[in-house]
Amino acid sequence: MAMDSGAQQPAFRLSMLLYDSRYRSMTIQVFALFVLMLGAAWLVYNTKTNLEALGKPFGFDFLFNTAGYDIAQRPIEYSSQSTHLRATVVGLLNTLILAVMACIMATVLGVAAGVLRLSKNWIVARLMTVYIETFRNVPVLIWIIVVSAVMSESMPAPSAFRGENATSSMLLFDSVAITNRGVYVPAPLFSLDLGAMFGMPNLGTGLNWLVIIAVLIASFWLNKRLLAHATAVQNATGVRPKTWWKSLLIFLAPLAVLLVIFGFHAEYPELRGFNFTGGIQMRNSLIAMWIGLSIYTAAFIAENVRAGILAIAKGQTEAAYALGMQPGKTMRLVILPQAMRVIVPPLISQYLNITKNTSLGLAVGYMDLRSTLGGITINQTGRELEGMLLLMLIYLVISLIISTVMNYYNNRIKLKER
Amino acid sequence: MKKSVFLGTLATAALVAGYASAATLDDVKARGSLNCGVSTGVNGFSAPDANGVWQGFDVAVCRAVAAAVLGDPMAVNFVPTTGQTRFTALASGEIDILARNTTWTFSRDTDLGFTFIGVNYYDGQGFMVNRALGVSSATELDGATVCIQTGTTTELNLADYFRINNMTYEPVPIETNAEAQQQYLAGACDVYTTDASGLAATRASFETPGDHVILPEIISKEPLGPLVRQGDDQWADIARWTLNALVAAEELGVTSSNLEQMAAGTNNPEINRLLGAEGDLGAMIGLDAQWAMRAIAAGGNYGEIFAATIGEATPIGLARGLNAQWTQGGLLYAPPFR
Repeated sequence: MAMDSGAQQPAFRLSMLLYDSRYRSMTIQVFALFVLMLGAAWLVYNTKTNLEALGKPFGFDFLFNTAGYDIAQRPIEYSSQSTHLRATVVGLLNTLILAVMACIMATVLGVAAGVLRLSKNWIVARLMTVYIETFRNVPVLIWIIVVSAVMSESMPAPSAFRGENATSSMLLFDSVAITNRGVYVPAPLFSLDLGAMFGMPNLGTGLNWLVIIAVLIASFWLNKRLLAHATAVQNATGVRPKTWWKSLLIFLAPLAVLLVIFGFHAEYPELRGFNFTGGIQMRNSLIAMWIGLSIYTAAFIAENVRAGILAIAKGQTEAAYALGMQPGKTMRLVILPQAMRVIVPPLISQYLNITKNTSLGLAVGYMDLRSTLGGITINQTGRELEGMLLLMLIYLVISLIISTVMNYYNNRIKLKER
Repeated sequence: MKKSVFLGTLATAALVAGYASAATLDDVKARGSLNCGVSTGVNGFSAPDANGVWQGFDVAVCRAVAAAVLGDPMAVNFVPTTGQTRFTALASGEIDILARNTTWTFSRDTDLGFTFIGVNYYDGQGFMVNRALGVSSATELDGATVCIQTGTTTELNLADYFRINNMTYEPVPIETNAEAQQQYLAGACDVYTTDASGLAATRASFETPGDHVILPEIISKEPLGPLVRQGDDQWADIARWTLNALVAAEELGVTSSNLEQMAAGTNNPEINRLLGAEGDLGAMIGLDAQWAMRAIAAGGNYGEIFAATIGEATPIGLARGLNAQWTQGGLLYAPPFR
């Protein structure tokens, strides 16, 4: 900067910081930053002194005290004798479970609604318009409470399933029970516990699932090879060999063998005492949050999808038709891959919205991070500031991770300009 | 953006903490009204009546304090709080006194930085179930679904009780009494647990109270009392002795009907000191001599308040039990006014 103009430059004087337009903006910025940092330091100092005056020194020791409260939905071992830290982890896992479930369902619903809104069928298109406009213009909390109220007010109590003349019965060959306390579905179990066999009992049947996933990935890879081979044969001879039964075999045979070896069976829910026991219970709070968040966010995703599809010039479709492609293939091979570039960036923010909106769980008693750490723990220990800071930090980290992953995906699919 | 949110939180916390250390009495006088934290609605204890005026047993404490300090029992802003928000509201200075069925515990008194000014209701945690379930004891509740208000001591007692008795349960955490009532009536939980007085109050508001039984087990001690922020001893003294004045008035036979006559002077020196006819107790806590007289005039003595809000003649129908005067075999025992 100053180097290249060399000798013509007058010597630097202190007053130039204020009167020379080249330096003035720098001076102002440094000054503003200084004032900002001074303000921040004052706030931190003030908070610290005032908390000490109140007899509440800043610290995170409370996380290692006994929590004392119970959590209904606990993905990992937890009892009222566990620490607040463990309660926080349980809450975090519940948040993540809900976020993943809601993201998947919102994407499926949203893509379907977005594509159908562009349908040539008048009724389908209008129905989707009504759905989208209704759901995205009513606050998500209302939808969550509506679902929750419907579940607890209009579904039968477990006692309605009891006795000779029960007023309710289980669905799907007595395997699923829908009650006002949640939906009970069969739980998949293994009689052969790999975790216990290899001396890692606290993994439980997690090892079994890992093996199954590994086998599925192997099948997937094998199937890809098969299809590549079929394409090679088609290129060479002009005739594509039939592959569907081979694909089916590749996927099903190893899985079936594995499940038989592991002794796979389902545990059915059963009415015992006050409630159903056995199986997996999807509590009302989870269902209300899941459905509420999904249908609300799906309406936004639908609009993103529609925008993405409409962003592709009509000429692309016409060109595909001119090559003799059918409408389905045109959508799948020509339109959607290009539309993804427009769809993915707003989709990222919808996923972030879902994750952040899981903190509404408190309204229906879903024990997510906000309800455990940010609710009961803060209330029982009185550490509002520490608890809230930790809560904000965790949400921030989750959101940044999601956005990193999605940005990576976006970079993969975006238009490569060379 | 994220940074500014962070700073904003710190700023709020700092301002809030700064505000909390000011003298509460001066603030209340300058404002001309008392900010009193109450529940979001428990019949008999604190709930607005048909005209929107807050009524109840806990409300009466605030009215008495307002009458003592400001001379007007109606100069109270009631701030409804939930089990989760009540302590933050008090710590932040949003309210001057919290009178909301709050259990006096060690950690709340010490670690949370509050001062309990006494006990206005001796309670214990109980269970309510539908009569149709055929349950007669809390020990038969293994596997039940239990509705609880979050952020309360009942949540912790419940966990302890079921663990000690080797029983399992399914907690349904709920924010307010009204929601809990709705969930319980819809059958989304088998059991509703809270303080026995709260159960009685809730049951009284049901369409068919007779269909619900309160189980005999009382699983905890719940001394419920009003509380103020720690660190302002003068304000704590005012609140504590206003409550004591109500209790002492009942013991000494001072009622709202004979108050005027007694205030003129009696031959019982303690009554004279209490009502300001002798000595000047009021000046010692920064008030005038008639402070206790006005507090009693607001809603009567402790016994009158009890009878009018939650006593046996009301729909809540609570007996005095532990809350009788010590002379009647109860636990109420006001220290001497001397």
